[in-house]
Amino acid sequence: MSAARARGAAWALLLFVAGPLAAAAAAGSDPFDALLQRLAARRHAHVAFTEAHYLAVLDRPLESSGELLYEAPDRLEKRILKPRPETLLLAHGVLSATRGRHTRTVELAAWPQIAPLIEGLRATLAGDRAALERIFSVQLEGDAARWTLRLAPRDPEAKRVVSAVSITGEGTDLKTVEILEADGDRSLLTVGAQLP
Amino acid sequence: MTRAGWAGTVIFGVLASLALAVIAHATYTADLSAFLPRTPTPRERLLVDELRTGLASRVIMVAVEGGSAAQRAQVAAELARALRADPAFVAVSDGDPAGFEHTAAFLTAHRYLLSDAVTPQRFTVAGLHAAIDDTLALLTSPQGFAAKPLFARDPTGETLHILDTLGSRSLPAVDGVWSSRDGRRALLIAQTRAGGSDTDGQERACAAIARSFAAATGAVPVATGTLTLRMSGPGVFAVMARRLIRDSVIRLSGLGSLLIAALLLAAYRSVPALLLTFVPVAAGALAGVAAVALGFGTVHGITLGFGITLIGEAVDYSIYLFIQSAERGAAPPAASPGDWRNSVWPTIRLGMLTSVCGFAALVPSSFQGLAQLGCYSIAGLIAAALVTRWVLPEWRPSTLRTRDLTYAGMRLWRALSLLRPARAVLALIALTAGLVLYGNRAALLSRELSDLSPIPEAALQLDASLRADLGAPDPRYLVVASAPDLDAALGAARAVAEHLAPLVDEGVIGGFETPTRYLADAATQRTRQASLPAPAELATRLGKALEGLPVSAARLEPFMRDVEQARAAAPVEPADFAGTPLGAALDALIQSAGPGATAYVSVSGPRGGDLPPVALARLRAAVGAATPAASLLDLKAEADGLYAHYLRQAVSLSLAGLAALCVLLAGTLSPPRALRVVTPLALAVLTVAAALAAAGERLGILHVVGMLLTIAVGSNYALFFDRLAQREHATVPRTLASLAIANLATVAGFGVLAFSGVPVLAALGRTVAPGALLALLYSAWLARLEAPPAAAVPAPSLGGA
Repeated sequence: MSAARARGAAWALLLFVAGPLAAAAAAGSDPFDALLQRLAARRHAHVAFTEAHYLAVLDRPLESSGELLYEAPDRLEKRILKPRPETLLLAHGVLSATRGRHTRTVELAAWPQIAPLIEGLRATLAGDRAALERIFSVQLEGDAARWTLRLAPRDPEAKRVVSAVSITGEGTDLKTVEILEADGDRSLLTVGAQLP
Repeated sequence: MTRAGWAGTVIFGVLASLALAVIAHATYTADLSAFLPRTPTPRERLLVDELRTGLASRVIMVAVEGGSAAQRAQVAAELARALRADPAFVAVSDGDPAGFEHTAAFLTAHRYLLSDAVTPQRFTVAGLHAAIDDTLALLTSPQGFAAKPLFARDPTGETLHILDTLGSRSLPAVDGVWSSRDGRRALLIAQTRAGGSDTDGQERACAAIARSFAAATGAVPVATGTLTLRMSGPGVFAVMARRLIRDSVIRLSGLGSLLIAALLLAAYRSVPALLLTFVPVAAGALAGVAAVALGFGTVHGITLGFGITLIGEAVDYSIYLFIQSAERGAAPPAASPGDWRNSVWPTIRLGMLTSVCGFAALVPSSFQGLAQLGCYSIAGLIAAALVTRWVLPEWRPSTLRTRDLTYAGMRLWRALSLLRPARAVLALIALTAGLVLYGNRAALLSRELSDLSPIPEAALQLDASLRADLGAPDPRYLVVASAPDLDAALGAARAVAEHLAPLVDEGVIGGFETPTRYLADAATQRTRQASLPAPAELATRLGKALEGLPVSAARLEPFMRDVEQARAAAPVEPADFAGTPLGAALDALIQSAGPGATAYVSVSGPRGGDLPPVALARLRAAVGAATPAASLLDLKAEADGLYAHYLRQAVSLSLAGLAALCVLLAGTLSPPRALRVVTPLALAVLTVAAALAAAGERLGILHVVGMLLTIAVGSNYALFFDRLAQREHATVPRTLASLAIANLATVAGFGVLAFSGVPVLAALGRTVAPGALLALLYSAWLARLEAPPAAAVPAPSLGGA
């Protein structure tokens, strides 16, 4: 059995278990809705990640790694462990960055430029279609087993910073988040192993 | 009119014209200087100056509510634009991103002089490496987008460091306008040119905001009527307080006057008599204002507001005149004006003198408002009494007939005689009142100046919620650094800030706002300049610092150019900030008008709350250790302290006045008679104080004034009873009737005030109305009044009909 078929079987099982909800999702013809509903069913996640930033001003990419923690619907924590510890926490629309004793806090609503950098990931995990479509124009490619969300910021201020975000996933697992910045710099976050 | 009458009228006319001339040329003020002690200590002057024109007093917080977010943003942006063009405002801040970018560009240009991170250590190889490494990490975080375009110029992150220390208000912005966190209000902050105590200036500023708001909503088609404007701030409160007090005084004293007029009309059944009754009051008011203008130079609003209520006693004088000298039925005039002068006038004169004794106690008060009230009352009562004695009887038309109240007086007399056996109750009342006062002794006196504030709870809540929205706590703790020039003041503020920083780390204080956050003194800026290495040296160090980092020195050419420029730059001055939002923030924290200059450091408690005593002591010690040029003001405690001092002084002065009054009475009458006069008054005041305390009201300055007034009014009652005890029966009924009418007039006038929403007016009303009633009742109760002659009851008479 191929990996895709195995996943298909798992999906069948999930449909069976999650009966009414899944039936409703299946009844809706929109695959985007269906994907988001499946994603929304997950209440929390804890995974490892690695990230590379490609900046024009630098001679080589900056690499970092750490853990991602998600609690539905609006708490997303990015714990960078290497090269230096820093914690980014998005909770209830407030983003705080803590390094050592110093914490910097911003309200996402105040900074439309920042929202695409983090809110795309949060809203995708939460299956929050309203939030996604408020910030981005959204395009879904692929199928339930292997999909890519292409997100383009709507806000003109945000467009001056971020030109596109693309999120790939397999089933309900996110695989990569790539952010293309308006100045040509980009970053690629790759999701690693599930953590307890 | 007699010859003496003509003479009296002419003198009255001349004096009244003179008083009018003085009043027309007097200066009037509604500002807080009424609360300034006459000979203030430097600290008290600092406090009152701060309350009048200082840092916080000029801020108006403005919110737009209702409608859609876009409508609110559009109207708020238009409002901000209009107010910026209005010279009444020094600065208007909203979330305008253009302002932010302008600020960021300004900070970037001067970063090496403005950043407190610029030290020799920062520009060593290790320091540069650490700073650049930090900035690189920031570039990868979502907030780093702002840092990226600057990286080549500012790899050590000075601009972001300055922005961090400024703690720029992180308010959500919708369409370029600040929005409250719940998203229901668009917000802006306007700083007025007028000081907070310039109530006229503040009123004009509030009106300008309302006008601009109306114009702005008019420009948004659907917004008219759906959007509402909300304002708060010290100046808004001052305007509101003045309006509330003025409206309340006008409405309630108007209502009171109507009640009194209706009562007197019913009593006299004569319109001319009613009109003449108010002549002494008007004369008293003229004399009062003129005396204050002559004695003090400036007349306070508080004096105008309360003075007229204090000379309500003047109405009593004419009541005594008209009722006690009314012709009895159809009989020939029994009490001619001449008789009245010999029998009633001496009593009124003594009553007036005792009142003057009481009010004279207020004159030495260091609370200017109170001293003026004392002066006003003394001049007003003397003038009213003189007019009643010399002018009014002459003006009374010979045809004037007022109703004869002898019959009503007889009934009162009989009622009193029934009351007489129950006199022992008085001892019980005194005992109970004493016990109540003793039981409430801990919470007897008002301690907070805010007890005087007429600002309604809803307005206070709006203020608190706007402050929470804007992250602008009510400033309570203020360090004031004074120096000969601004640079020295900034130097002192820097010393204070250095001593306060450890207290923030320890959590003793929540934080502080210092002008040196924006701009350091020139010496500090030169020290920062001196830490910047020369170009060749910097290139060498940078080369070593970049080892192991993903950046090459070639990319950081702009950085080296900027550092070289900064080494030669002139120190940044306050004027350089003009036009940036930071300029407004800096201006609010420094003052260089007049001789010398002042820098303010405002301190907030942990989580914006109040500081516990231990923390306050440590804060005071830290400020003391920092520089002798700075002193800490706890605005609330200082204001409350000043108020408590005034209150204590008012109490002791009143006691001194009462002692003088007792001496006067004992000398004029005899000690036993004086005791008989004073006892019911003391009992009345005691009962009222106990009743107020039992009702949970804390006694304040206006209660004390009310008690003095009770004694002033009541002394007339007691003295008339004293006279009755010495004289024949014939005068008893009409004297009793006149006392009852005078008392009803007082109770009506002050009873109305008791229902005022303005605490000071309510305090006056709640003290005087029951106090006067009780003073009459107790005086009657204790009087040596003989039983009414059963046979002498005259038939009901309809005199004047």
